[in-house]
Amino acid sequence: MEYKVSLGPQHPALHEAVSLRMTLDGEVIRDADLKLGYSHRGIEKLAEERSYIQNIYLTERICGICSHSHTTCFTQGVEQLMELVPARRGLYIRTIIAELERVHSHLLWLGVAGQEAGFESFFMYTWRDREVIMDILEWISGNRVHYAMNIFGGVRRDIDELQRKKILDSLELLKKRTDYYLNLAASEPTFVGRLAGVGKLSREDAIALCAVGPTLRASGIASDVRRDDPYAVYSEMPFEVATADSCDVLGRAVVRIKELISSYAMLEFLLKNLPEGPFKVKAPRKVKPNEVYSRYEAPRGENVHYIKSNGSDKPERLKVRAPTLANYAATIAMLKNGFIADIPLIFAAIDPCICCAERLVQLDDGRRGDSRVLSFSQLRAMANERAKKIDFKKRKIAWPF
Amino acid sequence: MIERLVHWSRVKSPWVLHLNAGGGCNGCDIEILASLMPRFDLERFGVQLKGTPRHADVMICTGAVTLQNRDRVLRIYEQVPDPKFVVAAGACAMAGCVYRGSYHTLIGIDQILPVNAYVPGCPFRPAALIDAVVKLLNSVK
Repeated sequence: MEYKVSLGPQHPALHEAVSLRMTLDGEVIRDADLKLGYSHRGIEKLAEERSYIQNIYLTERICGICSHSHTTCFTQGVEQLMELVPARRGLYIRTIIAELERVHSHLLWLGVAGQEAGFESFFMYTWRDREVIMDILEWISGNRVHYAMNIFGGVRRDIDELQRKKILDSLELLKKRTDYYLNLAASEPTFVGRLAGVGKLSREDAIALCAVGPTLRASGIASDVRRDDPYAVYSEMPFEVATADSCDVLGRAVVRIKELISSYAMLEFLLKNLPEGPFKVKAPRKVKPNEVYSRYEAPRGENVHYIKSNGSDKPERLKVRAPTLANYAATIAMLKNGFIADIPLIFAAIDPCICCAERLVQLDDGRRGDSRVLSFSQLRAMANERAKKIDFKKRKIAWPF
Repeated sequence: MIERLVHWSRVKSPWVLHLNAGGGCNGCDIEILASLMPRFDLERFGVQLKGTPRHADVMICTGAVTLQNRDRVLRIYEQVPDPKFVVAAGACAMAGCVYRGSYHTLIGIDQILPVNAYVPGCPFRPAALIDAVVKLLNSVK
């Protein structure tokens, strides 16, 4: 007999508000559907009302875990629109922050995956190591989560000699610990037994469903924006794209640990070859009318910003495609024919950042040929009207106590 | 006697519900988790993170509430048994942060819930959250 179960929007297994509707046959998931929109904040519309400089800080708050990736994606797009060449030292520092962020994000993910697999002490270990990176980031930028390092033409703060030495020292410690985790992920029988074979996504499916990031790379496809379409200083650095062929959650864990190790090597290269000179150049206030499509390899996969300028100091349109959105279709495919106990693990394996992916899309009938632009006040009126219709009091929810 | 025991256990071991009210950026959520980790260790004050509102004494809310999530947040608040305390953690939950003026978020969680403690910062440091929890517990004493 088939029956339907809904999970979320508030559920202990999900750390953010998202709703999963599943059709179950016994313990096996036959069909799944995602319902989004619980953390939609209207960032794209807010960006149209703010100047480019204010928008750096708005795009930073699209996501709290990959905050630097969104600002860098936005900043390098606007720099292309401005036809501005950023300072070389600035680009190096930007890349250092990006790699530090990748390290902290992957360590965070490893801990969460360990917790979902029932390995609580692993969670504590990786989060302890993550604090090393958080301290470095706080020392460089002044904040633990939102670094606010990017400005047009470079970065806001320099890295001095003492900081450079301290980072290199802490990398040695992290390298040792990460080697231990790789060893553990590959050989600890309980951990391997829990992750292996869960959430299968075949190579063909991964391509057909447009998966990105570690989810795609764990299905054996070496795709990485840092190598395929290098931005910042990635074209000058030697690195290998980490892949795995097992197509399951274990593969995704191994890919992320391998990426940690390659990130340490990259950080070492960047810090040892940090060029002298200014770390920022002066940028113009206004931007010529044009459009740009900016790509960035965030810790979760390819992040895309589309920016259209109209000659003023505010963008006409900002479109954000966060990596989690691209991975949703693959998640549904992974959940199908899996067990209900594997839902948190499979869902955590794409490293979901729900608030990254909450964008509003309205589908118009293309054949009608009419297009319209909604103003801010119209959107506000629509949102209020819709919210009024939701009335919980009328539903008479049965109260167990 | 029983009342004193209940009060003592409530102050010495508050159970916490971490509620993402939507409309935030996740930054505060990872800082709440970081404050429960061995380094900051909020658990030394007896605080334990709970998954369900029915076991919780303190709700730590992050994020400006979205219109879609507003009634759900209210429903979760009603499920928390009395006496209950609400901590608005982070600039979004306090006043909306950068999303202030958006068509889909409220300006802070105190628009819909009574708030006992505010933790400023975007995001706050784990130490600030620990300070807020300790102050809240001292005020309950």
